[in-house]
Amino acid sequence: MFKITKEVITAEDVIRAVQTGDAGAIVTFLGTVRNNTEGREVSYLEYEAYAPMAENKMAEIAQEIAEKWGLDRVATIHRVGRLEIGEVSVAVAVASPHRKDGFEACHYAMNRLKQIVPIWKREVWADDEEEWANPDPIYFEPKS
Amino acid sequence: MQVKIKYFAACHEIFGRDEEDMELPEGAIVRDILQRLEAEVPEFAEYYDVMQMSVNWEYATPDTQLSAGDEVALIPPVTGGQDV
Repeated sequence: MFKITKEVITAEDVIRAVQTGDAGAIVTFLGTVRNNTEGREVSYLEYEAYAPMAENKMAEIAQEIAEKWGLDRVATIHRVGRLEIGEVSVAVAVASPHRKDGFEACHYAMNRLKQIVPIWKREVWADDEEEWANPDPIYFEPKS
Repeated sequence: MQVKIKYFAACHEIFGRDEEDMELPEGAIVRDILQRLEAEVPEFAEYYDVMQMSVNWEYATPDTQLSAGDEVALIPPVTGGQDV
């Protein structure tokens, strides 16, 4: 399951999508809205996605995980629109026969998501200003 | 030929629109779109170095060849977040 949604996300949504009898572990990650960025108070966040491309890129990441770890049960959901402090913005679940691969693959999925999935976060500050979050210099790949 | 252009995040704000249909000559490449947009909004050139483009949901380069009906998107750097 690879989905952009306006609805509230729960861990159950991604867990259900990857549950399988041969899994010995399901590793999940939830990204939540933090109340500050480097100490500056955040009021809420707005996420925007290029939905069809984002869902395709999520599927591409799952394909990479299948190639690297042989795991074929990955689910990713990202929410868009206005999100309040503490709400879940992204959920990833990876089912794996053993936990080590599951942890690694889930970590990998989130790193890749930030690299190649077209989703933008706008921070709205408590002092009423707003701006698009800065790109992460580690992950942003300049165009060739 | 006609292609659809989609504008996201900061690009949406710079141009004040989220999508448009653009008429281009046969054989046009992505660079032709960028040059036309730069002529419209000169400060777009500042974004040009850090931005990516996609054609039909795949990342593309300025030299990517376009066909009628293609969907081209301007993709400013995607969401940050640290590996911690």
